Amino acid sequence: MADKLISKIPDGPLAEKWTRRKSEIRLVSPNNRRKLEIIVVGTGLGGSSAAATLGELGYNVKVFCISDSPRRAHSIAAQGGINAAKNYQNDNDSVYRLFYDTIKGGDYRSREANVYRLAEVSSAIIDQCVAEGIPFAREYGGYLANRSFGGVQVSRTFYARGQTGQQLLLGAYAALNRQIAAGTVKSYPRHEMLDLVVINGQAKGIIARNLVTGKLERFGAHAVVIATGGYGRTFFLTTNAMNSNGSAAWECYKKGAYFANPCFAQIHPTCIPVHGDQQCKLTLMSESLRNDGRIWVPKFKEDVDKLRKHQIKPSQIAEDRRDYYLERRYPAFGNLVPRDVASRAAKERCDAGFGVNETGLAVFLDFKDAIARLGHQRVQERYGNLFDMYYKITNSSPWEEPMMIYPAIHYTMGGIWVDYDLQTTIPGLYAIGEANFSDHGGNRLGASALMQGLADGYFVLPVTIADYLSHKFNEPKTDTSAPEFDEAEKAVQARIDRVFAIKGKEPVDAIHKKLGNIMWEYVGMAREKKGLETAIEKIHQLKDYFYKNVCVPGSQYEFNQELEKALRLEDFLEIGELMARDALNREESCGGHFRIEHQTPEGEAQRDDEHFMYVAAWEYKGENQLPELHKESLNYQYIKVATRNYKD
Amino acid sequence: MEFNLKIWRQKNAKDKGHFETYHVSGIEEDTSFLEMLDILNDDLIRKGADPVAVDKGSHTSGPVSFDHDCREGICGACSLYVDGRAHGPDDHVTTCQLFMRHFKDGATITVEPWRSAAFPVIKDLVVDRTAFDKILQAGGFISVRTGSAQDANAILIPHETAEESMDAAACIGCGACVATCKNGSAMLFVAARVSSLSLLPQGRPEAAKRAKAMVAKMDELGFGNCTNTRACEMECPKGISVEHIARLNREFLKAKFRD
Repeated sequence: MADKLISKIPDGPLAEKWTRRKSEIRLVSPNNRRKLEIIVVGTGLGGSSAAATLGELGYNVKVFCISDSPRRAHSIAAQGGINAAKNYQNDNDSVYRLFYDTIKGGDYRSREANVYRLAEVSSAIIDQCVAEGIPFAREYGGYLANRSFGGVQVSRTFYARGQTGQQLLLGAYAALNRQIAAGTVKSYPRHEMLDLVVINGQAKGIIARNLVTGKLERFGAHAVVIATGGYGRTFFLTTNAMNSNGSAAWECYKKGAYFANPCFAQIHPTCIPVHGDQQCKLTLMSESLRNDGRIWVPKFKEDVDKLRKHQIKPSQIAEDRRDYYLERRYPAFGNLVPRDVASRAAKERCDAGFGVNETGLAVFLDFKDAIARLGHQRVQERYGNLFDMYYKITNSSPWEEPMMIYPAIHYTMGGIWVDYDLQTTIPGLYAIGEANFSDHGGNRLGASALMQGLADGYFVLPVTIADYLSHKFNEPKTDTSAPEFDEAEKAVQARIDRVFAIKGKEPVDAIHKKLGNIMWEYVGMAREKKGLETAIEKIHQLKDYFYKNVCVPGSQYEFNQELEKALRLEDFLEIGELMARDALNREESCGGHFRIEHQTPEGEAQRDDEHFMYVAAWEYKGENQLPELHKESLNYQYIKVATRNYKD
Repeated sequence: MEFNLKIWRQKNAKDKGHFETYHVSGIEEDTSFLEMLDILNDDLIRKGADPVAVDKGSHTSGPVSFDHDCREGICGACSLYVDGRAHGPDDHVTTCQLFMRHFKDGATITVEPWRSAAFPVIKDLVVDRTAFDKILQAGGFISVRTGSAQDANAILIPHETAEESMDAAACIGCGACVATCKNGSAMLFVAARVSSLSLLPQGRPEAAKRAKAMVAKMDELGFGNCTNTRACEMECPKGISVEHIARLNREFLKAKFRD
């Protein structure tokens, strides 16, 4: 069925593809839009902006989220900023440069046409957000301010303090509220999608559980949009929110949507380390800290021992007894190497026994030199709020002792396979934002996730979905008493009954933690064939263990957070296996995916463009069956593919 | 560290509810308040799953339900009233960023949901805050069509104005202000949105209409009146100032004069 992977990339020169596609897309007239229903699942930047824009166009939209309000979606936690090719700084930025940086940052594993379109619409996002009243940072003259981010040579990042994601989401949520008030969008908070309903090969609705009453509810539509984010929480301990999950996307996969590049997960180098086994969530410290902070571990094991026994403070270790390993290994980029490189280097030192806290999994990020060079006040202006936040959490002041940091799972580049129109391999099913795979290849650049969510939601999906719906306005409303709805609801009910019937003794989170340990050890920062095979085997064992030992207390027909978590964990167990399988297949190192077998003599990632310059799209073949791999080859016509080098 | 936790248990909106007391031990100082509740729940689930423990008098109310998500103080989901203070004894934090080092070892800690007529309890410590969404739906937006905006730099906004607007926009919609207010007023929440938008030129055309509509909706939904006790400001995890309430009042009065 490889012919399902038709990317529908428009002909013509790169810069004209989107214009060309827009002019080809069929339209739906305003009076016909009123007859059409669209389901949007998820209310982060992608879901909220898509639902609001579709409602504004006159479609009937139903929008679903698992939290008590659309505003809680995890986009809210993004700190740094949003990229756009405005060239307001007159530093010779352009759509082409943003496109080029994103492809290169993704280690040449994303689609040229999609990424170019992303760069092309980026400017309109900023215009839209300002018009919505988002208080972006301003210069004294009243013009918008910008800052720089990793992996680029221009200043194109717009920001609202360290709360850019929050402000952008509140903007999209406000646009959504306006449509809810206008009656074009109906909002279903505290509802969780548990299955996709496919009729005659087309997406026609969902089964959702009302998380307050516990009842299963049926919703029909002419098209379904998945905007439910990534699957990072497969690893349990991540920077993702506690309720972030991959389930909606996974149910789509099991109904026939291909899942692309699942092994591409981003590990962010600057997170506050794990402090003990009672922890369930990691906190990110902004990438901007690496502009002035220096990363080091002790040169000698005896100092490490003393640190772990609290016999000395880090500040007491003399300069010549410190190993600034990033500056040593990557003299040209130093502490500002990309996220994947910085993460792997920290792991290498900790694996060698130089980790600086009790768990042995932490390195120092030191501002001593920055404070001496810039003075207290300038450091306070730049990083004061981050220092405060670090102090609140750790009770240790970065003014006196270096911060401790360690890498953690942060974002997933992989996701549901989509064509240029953002349509999946199931007609009528679309995927946007982090939930799809399309724009970031093997590694995402900072400040690009917000850009993609809003590009898809405001400017791409509302245009492309019309092409599909233009055939649908004469179709009657989806009948939710159709046998396909019966069947889907029955299957969901069976899943719920099954987990309640286990009556084991172990809480869901305890088993999730075990999955996280397997994933982190074998499918984390450094992967190898044997380890990945071990991971698959261990995940199988854990799955058996889950179905024998999990305890889901309470009942279905009540607010039951343990049931919610149990159903999500069932999916994480399967997602984890597919991630390992995809990592096993990808016999190269690329972006966030590092295979120990494939590295240069200096220990750097080694891509294999000859054999792996493709999107790995996996097709579900049934329970206990191996998924089938389909390949969409990537053709670079406008960019010269090269090796990333940070040493000189 | 160890603690006695006196926690509000309520099966659903109709149930009367009651306190139950639990004991937790082996808690680290660096454990967050919500992680401590995770540990309690782990224990309650294991005990509940064990018929022997149940026979010996173990609680059977099951794990404690509470809203939480990002655990880094920005999503606004967590909403616990701890020892008589919204979000507990530390200043300018949400419950998820409250750490056990702020409590005395061996202390008894009382944990309740937000108490407000406008926020009915769903279960245990989980309340229904859709009233906040409804207030924002009444007018907490700028009416702009997607794609119709002019170039972003065509609207100049002085640095200080943008910063002031951002101060108000930092509201996370948690509801601590309502839970803290003796009148159960949502004025700080409404004011934060009205003020943030009305400070900006983009927000001016609808400023009067917005203030009126949001205040009317707030009254309709059963929130109380503001009597300027400033308790909300003290407990706001984002430190949003009551000066924004003054700005809301000005907008509101201006709108009323025009009527």
